[in-house]
Amino acid sequence: MNGLIEVSDPGLGNSFQDLGRFGYRHMGIAVSGCVDPLLARCANALAGNPAQCAAERACIEVRGAGPTLTVREGRARFALAGDLSATLTRAGGEEREVPPWQSVSLDPGDALSVGFVSGGAAYVAVSGGFATPVQLGSRSVYRRAEIGEPIAPGLSIPCAALPRRGSHEYSADPWRHEEGPIRVLLGPQDDHFKPEAIADLLGGEYRVTKESDRMGMRLEGPALVHLTPASADIVSDGTVPGAIQVPGNGQPIVLLADCQTAGGYPKVATVITADLPRLAQLRPGQAIRFQAVDAKGARQALQALETRWKWWAYGVVLGPPDAEVNVDWRAGGPLFADGWCQGE
Amino acid sequence: MEEPRLLPFGDAAWTVEFGARIDPVLHGRVLGLLEAVERVRREEPFAGIVDLMPTFRSLTVCYDPRACDGERLGEALLALARTTGAVRREGRHWHLPVCFEADFAPDLDDVAQARGLSREAVIELLLGTSFQVYMIAFMPGFPYMGGLPEALEMPRLKSPRKAVPARSLAVAGSMCAIYPWESPGGWRLLGRTPVPLFSARDEAPSLLASGDRVNWRAVGSGEFAELEAAAQAGRLARESLLAGGNPS
Repeated sequence: MNGLIEVSDPGLGNSFQDLGRFGYRHMGIAVSGCVDPLLARCANALAGNPAQCAAERACIEVRGAGPTLTVREGRARFALAGDLSATLTRAGGEEREVPPWQSVSLDPGDALSVGFVSGGAAYVAVSGGFATPVQLGSRSVYRRAEIGEPIAPGLSIPCAALPRRGSHEYSADPWRHEEGPIRVLLGPQDDHFKPEAIADLLGGEYRVTKESDRMGMRLEGPALVHLTPASADIVSDGTVPGAIQVPGNGQPIVLLADCQTAGGYPKVATVITADLPRLAQLRPGQAIRFQAVDAKGARQALQALETRWKWWAYGVVLGPPDAEVNVDWRAGGPLFADGWCQGE
Repeated sequence: MEEPRLLPFGDAAWTVEFGARIDPVLHGRVLGLLEAVERVRREEPFAGIVDLMPTFRSLTVCYDPRACDGERLGEALLALARTTGAVRREGRHWHLPVCFEADFAPDLDDVAQARGLSREAVIELLLGTSFQVYMIAFMPGFPYMGGLPEALEMPRLKSPRKAVPARSLAVAGSMCAIYPWESPGGWRLLGRTPVPLFSARDEAPSLLASGDRVNWRAVGSGEFAELEAAAQAGRLARESLLAGGNPS
């Protein structure tokens, strides 16, 4: 950890996130973590980090105007994943565009100005990960409770420094999320709805509204009718990211990473783990359909996703996008000899 | 005794539901299962559990679907729920200061009028009640407390406030709560405590926990200001707020 990065401009709507804060739900603390953990894993792989880095260190989740980061000490490798690009300004003043899906190394004095994300979330990773302070077992920022280090002007963040000479870049094809309906398991309160409501949920088309953030996403479409008006309220019980809760007006709300830990609306269905990252990339106005699967279907979907991701990771190559050399970055070449991501 | 139900909650959680009421016995069964799961969570098939969320009437168990067999875990949880009795968790007993002066209690007169009581009678009922903390949820440190006397039960405001001041003592239905932060909310505001309910820097960030009891102690605006200043300066020891502790 002998690299140091300074936040020159925090941008807007960005936060440090890892894969979540577990073990504090009973105190009302949301899980948080990246809304699209797959893209976060991609960004880390492209920055040359071992697989556990997304969980052990933070990356920057960009949901609006990206930050400007200046390297102060050491040479650091950055990578962007998602619909996002950046401008690199070398200490000497020379500028160039940095596209996503390939890494770029910066020396002290160089600055990376990350651009806009118009919807969904994109990720910035750095060699060794952003080593922001751990609070309650995680580096994820949960803004509502002021937990975790916010991205502020002048903030210095340690990262891993690359060797001065002989460092290289990685690139890969863009990761594409699967298309098709979002898969759900019915329940836990599907019995609070009329059978027609289940048919509407699974047959109808919903639109993502502008009321979407890290907590959840309000949808608009066929109203889901509760069994009786009284079944629209329950004695509060637990909620999880992916739960589709339905208040009295029948318009579903899909909960995301920063969702409250319990709630008083019945939850008709829950999005499966494999499709949660896809939810995070939906933009206001986009159409969405749901499909019911059973436990076996959910398990197969997750296995298929992990296999597909492994293949994507095998495709992370040394050099620019047209290079032929294939490198299994997880094997850990000389770059990993100093064990960047072994924890503190 | 009602049979517990195992409710599917996606492919990364189960909810074990004991009933649909706010009831100390149901909650005791939730805490009983919570303790039983905590005892076995290092063993198979429980080892994939990543989080436990007890509520009034149910326990939500979150697990890592990559690290464990969800169906086996569900069956084991239900079996455990069937054979585990209720526990009475003897949590801590707090004596928390509250100020009822008009600026801090915007709904006190309305509640008194609606329930045909004097302002003093409402305060007396609150001070004479030992509240039971059922769960911490909605926002970090927010305690849902049961035991509100029936004479004080009121529905939520028809039009919620955009900003409830931090540390407001609030009631709705048969519940009592304190808002740890300024937030929107529709509960009736009857007072304010100078005590912070949540501090992320503390090893135990939430002041209260499921199973705790809370009694209120009335303070004037002078003592309120002193305690608030002490809390902000980090000089208010939590132990001094426990029943039998030394009020500073």
